[in-house]
Amino acid sequence: MLDDFLTRALLAGLVVAIATGPLGCFVVWRRMAYFGDATAHAAILGVALALGFQISIFIGTMVVALIMAMVVSTLAGRGWAMDTTLGVLAHSALACGLVAVSFLPNVRVDLTAYLFGDILAVSRFDLAVIALGSALVLGLILWRWQGLLMATLSEDLAQSAGIVPGRERMVLTVALAIVVAVALKIVGALLIAALLIIPAAAARNLARSPEMMALFASGIGAASVFGGLQLSLAQDTPSGPSIVVIAALIFLATTLGAALFQNRSGR
Amino acid sequence: MSLITAQGVSVRYDGRRVLFDIDFQIDRGEIVTIVGPNGSGKTSFLRVLLGVVAPEKGRIHWAKGLRIGYVPQRLHLDPGLPMPVARFLSLPTRQSAQAVAEVLERVGVPDVARQNMATLSGGQFQRVLLARALLTRPDILMLDEPTAGLDQPGVAAFYRLIEDVRREMNCAVLSVSHDLHVVMSASDRVICINGHICCEGAPQVVRDAPEYRALFGLGTGGALALYQHSHDHVHDENCDHDHDHAKDHAHHAG
Repeated sequence: MLDDFLTRALLAGLVVAIATGPLGCFVVWRRMAYFGDATAHAAILGVALALGFQISIFIGTMVVALIMAMVVSTLAGRGWAMDTTLGVLAHSALACGLVAVSFLPNVRVDLTAYLFGDILAVSRFDLAVIALGSALVLGLILWRWQGLLMATLSEDLAQSAGIVPGRERMVLTVALAIVVAVALKIVGALLIAALLIIPAAAARNLARSPEMMALFASGIGAASVFGGLQLSLAQDTPSGPSIVVIAALIFLATTLGAALFQNRSGR
Repeated sequence: MSLITAQGVSVRYDGRRVLFDIDFQIDRGEIVTIVGPNGSGKTSFLRVLLGVVAPEKGRIHWAKGLRIGYVPQRLHLDPGLPMPVARFLSLPTRQSAQAVAEVLERVGVPDVARQNMATLSGGQFQRVLLARALLTRPDILMLDEPTAGLDQPGVAAFYRLIEDVRREMNCAVLSVSHDLHVVMSASDRVICINGHICCEGAPQVVRDAPEYRALFGLGTGGALALYQHSHDHVHDENCDHDHDHAKDHAHHAG
């Protein structure tokens, strides 16, 4: 079954979507959207370094993403103006990555695969790594769920209950770096943040509790992967962007649905 | 044995000294209120005692296994986060539906369990924050301007609730207020703070202390009455040691 490239693509997309659901909710709740972007854009620099030093792309992107995420969260802790700082870091990392790749001797790299994903080229080994990474992220978030939620609501409140907000922030930072590494193949560096934010935002319109929202976000992410692959096959469109397009359509539908429902019940 | 003891505590934010030379202790069952004008460092003081901010100098000692029930001044709820009241009360530890129903009944908002936090009124929100703190079975309740945004009857009702809860649970209560006029009359001690402890004592004593008057002025000149129960008058008049206490501190402060 795993010999079929379509099956592998679908499975890889689904496991990533299930992990990005709950993580994406925290990105939305904590207003880390740009943070996710900066981390994901740094992945291109990771790709360049990995190719240059001939190490695994997964390792390269994860390490660079982790460093980027830690730099950003340290600066945030020191009260830097976040939108400017993130804008500088995100685009610098992306540009440095693109320039660095061009320096690589004897390597002709197809950058589009890293910028927009190449889900149809997922190998059995890739699938194993992606599944492992996704399971790790999901496990981390489920394990720390209560603490993460509490620290998201109020760091002081969390502290008074003996929860260390810095540790919870670190959990999210690490989870984000892992997701960047495994989602690079699925939607590419430019659209990883979309995979985090759009399903969570769509789920917000339907959910009445944090747990429901996380669950719905996973479901919507999975549906987007499925629909996006179908679209990609039928219309020969690029698969990563197709997945995001489907997610955006679902977001539009739930937003309109919620607005209509509210209007009706309000009367 | 005191629940929390602070000795010679100083706090600095971004190089600015906000608190210095604070000596403080609070015992089980005590109600202590901290008053001070805006920017006097009273919230910083609470945060030091919570353990959120580390003191620059001095030491803080928490009784072993101390459970703090913290009621923040407000809670910013991101609109992206759906949070029903019952779910909020299950933080940080999961609570049974029965425990949630009981505590909501206790704080006087029995019907809000399924409501989203964002739809609560100011008074309901405060009570839900208190309910969450109570569910942790606290040794000490810490309240930061708990009645900001409530009207006068709302304030009185809220403070009566705190008094009752204190009696039932035998916990200490430490609250912060910017206005002595609405300080709980049941306070055993009022500590007037402005970077350091200016004066300290029973509510009436602090109100009459020159340090307090210097900070707040004569202000409303009696236009606003101190919220009191009749039995509190008796209590305060008999409370000689508190008067002495206040004088001591007044002396230091000068």
